[in-house]
Amino acid sequence: MLTGFGLFLGGWYLAVEVWRLPRFAEMPGLTVVVKEWLSKDPTYGLSLYTPEYYQHIGRSVWRVAQAFTLATVFGVPLGLFLGWSRRFRDHVFPVFELLRPIPVLAWVPLAIVMFVASESAVIYLAFLASFFATALNAMLGVKSIDESYLRAAECLGASRSQVFRHVILPGALPFIFTGLQISVGVAWFSLVAAEMVSGQYGLGYVINTSYSMVRYPTIIIGMITLGVVGYLTSAMVRVVGDLLMQWRVRELALRGQA
Amino acid sequence: MTASAKAAPALSFARGVVSIAVLLLLWEVGARSKHWMTGELFAPLRAILQALGFKPHHLPLVGAAPPPSGVLRSWAAIVTDSGYWQSWAKSFLRVAAGFTAAMLVGIPFGLLLAVNRTAFGVAFPLFEVLRPIPPLAWVPASIIFWPTQELSISFVTFLGAFYTIVINVVGGAKAIDVRYFQAARAMGSSRWDVFRRIILPGTLPSIVVGAVVGMGITWEVVVAAEMISGGGSQIGGTGGGGLGFFIWNSYVGGSYEQIVVGMISIGIAGFISSELLRLLGRRVTPWLTPR
Amino acid sequence: MPAARRPEVTAAPGREARPFAEAVPSRGAIRIENVVKVYGGRSGAVTAVDGCSLDIAAGEIFMVVGPSGCGKTTLLNAVAGFHDISAGRITLDGQVLCDGTHPQAPRGPDRVVVFQNGALFPWQTNLENVIFGPVMQRKLSKRDATDKAMDMMADAGLSGIEHSYPAEVSSGVRRRVEIVRALMNDPKVLLLDEPYRALDALTKSVMHEALLRIYYKNKVTIFFITHDLEEALFLGHKVAVMTTRPCRPKTILTVDIPHPRDYSVLTSKRFRELTRETSAAVHEEALKAFQSGEREG
Repeated sequence: MLTGFGLFLGGWYLAVEVWRLPRFAEMPGLTVVVKEWLSKDPTYGLSLYTPEYYQHIGRSVWRVAQAFTLATVFGVPLGLFLGWSRRFRDHVFPVFELLRPIPVLAWVPLAIVMFVASESAVIYLAFLASFFATALNAMLGVKSIDESYLRAAECLGASRSQVFRHVILPGALPFIFTGLQISVGVAWFSLVAAEMVSGQYGLGYVINTSYSMVRYPTIIIGMITLGVVGYLTSAMVRVVGDLLMQWRVRELALRGQA
Repeated sequence: MTASAKAAPALSFARGVVSIAVLLLLWEVGARSKHWMTGELFAPLRAILQALGFKPHHLPLVGAAPPPSGVLRSWAAIVTDSGYWQSWAKSFLRVAAGFTAAMLVGIPFGLLLAVNRTAFGVAFPLFEVLRPIPPLAWVPASIIFWPTQELSISFVTFLGAFYTIVINVVGGAKAIDVRYFQAARAMGSSRWDVFRRIILPGTLPSIVVGAVVGMGITWEVVVAAEMISGGGSQIGGTGGGGLGFFIWNSYVGGSYEQIVVGMISIGIAGFISSELLRLLGRRVTPWLTPR
Repeated sequence: MPAARRPEVTAAPGREARPFAEAVPSRGAIRIENVVKVYGGRSGAVTAVDGCSLDIAAGEIFMVVGPSGCGKTTLLNAVAGFHDISAGRITLDGQVLCDGTHPQAPRGPDRVVVFQNGALFPWQTNLENVIFGPVMQRKLSKRDATDKAMDMMADAGLSGIEHSYPAEVSSGVRRRVEIVRALMNDPKVLLLDEPYRALDALTKSVMHEALLRIYYKNKVTIFFITHDLEEALFLGHKVAVMTTRPCRPKTILTVDIPHPRDYSVLTSKRFRELTRETSAAVHEEALKAFQSGEREG
């Protein structure tokens, strides 16, 4: 398993610092980046030991957290209703589908115009991407529920709202959580772009300014940090999902053994 | 079929139209709030807005946006401008290039990972670690590495779709029912046969899904890259053009209606590409759609 | 014919043991009168059921046998209220379920369905599933419902799995849990849609005996759809052999083997005679279905 990493890192090291391939002339080498990242007094100002590093991480994470929470709070109920009520879907889905193809980043200028504070604009952009992914997956989740479950619940005397709470909601949960994992990734995607274009602080901003200030090793540090943080947030969502869906975990475990 | 069942699709359509019309109306009225909010009648409203911290001149958010009527007017003016259509072409070409590259590299790569266990063990962990890094974060590194701006944008575009396609291909190949393989082997198929007749068609539906999603991501990245490189930020350069650049330019030039024109244009372009892909996908997997 | 074994009737503490002969059923009589069901599909109208009439007595086990896709599930769905009917009438204990003016029956706990592929909610434990009905209808408090459920599950031989999830037990156990879930609501009719279809033959025979044991305690009307003639003859008071699409009763026969029955019935002379009488009819319809390329459901 580690061979992959080894090859990649090895290749990087060799290409930049040993063979000095022409293409890689300006690229920061592996050792340079690692030294910078771990140094107590980094040349370019950012390393594991500088508080600014964590400030930037914190800022980006906080933005994603806000965007993700808003997207979940609005997206899940919307998606569930879209899947459940024909009438609601007729009214709302066309609008939804008209707005969805517009790439989130195409909203950047308009968002800057509409939102007075650039912070809100950035969060709005991350929110938008997240929102569509969450709502769509919630809707698919409802549609994926086997009709027999709904019929069974009705046979057993459940009212419409009871069916929603006890069948639709738990039944759609697996899809919802897949959607949430995707939505976290998408939120990061949009956030980084938004930070690169407009904003202060944040990992996207770091990467951007590091480039213009010719602090190349910091670019790589930023990228790696993004990868790690992105992975962790996604894993967190997955863990929460597993906690809420004990039955599925057990079922999958059984199937794995079967 | 009962009468109500027959009328259902027409009713659905009507409801959708009504909602869109209402939305457009609200947008129009809201965007013009700069004009109608000035009277004495609305003084309390202005006071409330001020108390909440908003500017009292117009409704928040929608008040600052251009109205749909303005957007339409701007569009009518632009439709005859060849520069506008060149932007379309440029963006489409970039999307096509990045997407095709992603498919050409991604599908074989994904199939290799799915079929060969050592390849999977070596490459997949690395792949999964690199995946959370947003493609746009690669832009500076890409510019440093590649000789031309166009190539660096293409690389980033390629990355965006590449991850999605590979994930879908691997997932699809793994999901193929083991019994198909067993049946083929029992009937005497060679390894190559198994690959060609079972793995490839079995993975096709997932490839199609990966492609459609990847196409959406490609558009996102292209637009972002065009905006970033064409203007605005510190990553400058002469390689501009494309619809993303068009939007950014409109913003810088103060023509807000054109911003929205650009946004809608991209939306339409993205929609067309996805639909084309979906149609192609349906032709390639005829067994999925009954009749 | 070997003497039939009296089934053991065990009493849970606090409940009276009532041997089946004393229980008098008075509800659950279904009349299906000239029901027609036409589906408008993409390829044109399909008549699934055409002028079908059946009379099901209260407290009776009524088996419906036919090849796959012949429309028997449509009948069950019409009684349960999942579809509307195009013409005809269905009544329950004299009250109209559906007819020309109200073509779709209301769904409700008086006619509970046990589904072909099982519909226990995977996200609830077996016990939670079983108490779902009375709790949702607010007929029983959660505690009372749990007590009743534990009793019924113990009666059905299902002790010990109450707090497991459906996915963690075998499909045979799941079926029994689903039946108990249905019976918790004291329904007039139990509608079973090929519930044992996916089980192997050995499990099936055990399931049959288990179902009968439950029936002898509860005397609910059972409307049971199957393609398995042997299953039908073993369980039922009456067996209706249906034609392929459009669905109509070809023959209806009374199974005069006395209840209570156990697996020894399967090798009895009368059973073999009945099988011989009906299998020709069933085979004929199966052949017709095969030739016209019937698809499932």
